[in-house]
Amino acid sequence: MYSPTIILEALVNGLMLGAVYALIALGLTLIYGVLHIVNFAHGALLTVSMYLVWIGCEYFGLDPYVAILFVTPAMFAIGYFLQRLVIGPASRGSDNGILLVTLGLSIVIQNLLLAGFNSDTRTIVTDYAFGVIPLGPLLLSQPRVIGLAVSVVTAGLLWLVLNRTDIGKAIRAVAKEKLGASLVGIDVAHVYAMTFAIGTACLAIAGGLLMPSFYVSPTTGAAFVLVAFTIVVLGGMGSIPGALIGGLLIGVVEAASSLFLGDSLGQIGIFLIFILVLLFKPTGLFGAR
Amino acid sequence: MLEITDLRAGYGGTEVLRGLTLSVGKGEIVAVLGSNGVGKTTLNKVLSGVQPARSGAIRFNGQDIFGASAKTVVSAGLIHVPEGRKIFPNLTILENLELGGYCRPKSARRTNLDKVFSIFPRLKERTTQLAGTMSGGEQQMLAIGRGLMGEPKLLILDEPSLGLSPLLVEEMFTLIRRLSDDGLPIMLVEQNVVQSLELASRAYILENGTVTISGDAAKLKDDPELRRAYLGL
Repeated sequence: MYSPTIILEALVNGLMLGAVYALIALGLTLIYGVLHIVNFAHGALLTVSMYLVWIGCEYFGLDPYVAILFVTPAMFAIGYFLQRLVIGPASRGSDNGILLVTLGLSIVIQNLLLAGFNSDTRTIVTDYAFGVIPLGPLLLSQPRVIGLAVSVVTAGLLWLVLNRTDIGKAIRAVAKEKLGASLVGIDVAHVYAMTFAIGTACLAIAGGLLMPSFYVSPTTGAAFVLVAFTIVVLGGMGSIPGALIGGLLIGVVEAASSLFLGDSLGQIGIFLIFILVLLFKPTGLFGAR
Repeated sequence: MLEITDLRAGYGGTEVLRGLTLSVGKGEIVAVLGSNGVGKTTLNKVLSGVQPARSGAIRFNGQDIFGASAKTVVSAGLIHVPEGRKIFPNLTILENLELGGYCRPKSARRTNLDKVFSIFPRLKERTTQLAGTMSGGEQQMLAIGRGLMGEPKLLILDEPSLGLSPLLVEEMFTLIRRLSDDGLPIMLVEQNVVQSLELASRAYILENGTVTISGDAAKLKDDPELRRAYLGL
């Protein structure tokens, strides 16, 4: 049996990885909550963010955390125009249309990345990738501590934007009452694009937080987004606090199952939870319906 | 104020508005009456820019708003309080009202809020309540309050009495009179013929997408054709 310190350490590190999962899920759940579609391009866009961070490091010598400052506005713009110029017009207002368009987009993006960067895995070497921060008897991975802090701050900022600004209130209004929103003069197409942009910008931050300790290849994003889907279902489709709590919880579950079942089986716990949620609480922890 | 000429609109192959002409002048309450399916709601949607029209002309306050976006229409001051209220159920009462002034400068929000609260003191007591948890009558008040936040130059009220108890209907019509007395032109779209005719200065009766009877509301009340068709007298 493991010593309590090792177990606790694994769980805390899992919690911190969960925070980055939460960030990815946050973007996914926001887009679902407002546009009522599951964004299949989310994984591919995460991969794009990770490549942008990698490019920032490789060609401009930027630290991955500094690169976040540049990649976030870039991904925000990419998200905005993808929705405004591609997904919106191509789907012609039908939800099934949007679903197919995002699925198609993910395939196109993945193959463009494959053409541009081939299938090699790319990594960023930093001095702190294996750094640890001691906390009492626990040794915490430095990139993960930063990941937790940045994720929590981002979630807080997102909450402020959604609750305190006009565009945030407009986003929440459009989520439930599109016609009513149009009638007060809210431009629904703009709000859709802003929502997509914010969701995509979350991926840029997640990409920057992941790069110091992960690699990127054209398919990397898909693995994270599969976990993010689980979190969105666990937390309740469209629920922001659900995504945050769900992400942290999934991180802990993954860490615990890696510890007890072995590293390669770490994700079993995640999907076990996924099935249990679907069976016993299909609306998720914070689901409204 | 509002002039609609020979307006045609529809969905797919079905024409719903078939050459509709009507106008609303300054200081008037104009009732637009008709039973279900004659095109009242389509007319309102076309006017507010959420449903495209096929042909015709719409002028509002000297401005051509035919084919304009919803945002342009709202900014011009033509505010539509829709049938079924369409308030934001997941937002608080205060947030609903704030979004009513989405197209107006933030600096005006405070005074507009005070104005709405003076008309609907009940909303002021419960600013933090979620709009979806209010009763139907309160939601209707919120919908009108949200409309007033948009600084209307003309207010379109679509079925404001729908689903309200007789007492609340009475209250609603008193309120509409009060808004009109304050100088706000109102286009009242209703199925409630008797009470609407008592309130309005002029009225249009729609049938099958066009105006069949129109004129002075007091005279229409005694129109034998109308009494036969709508009141069963």
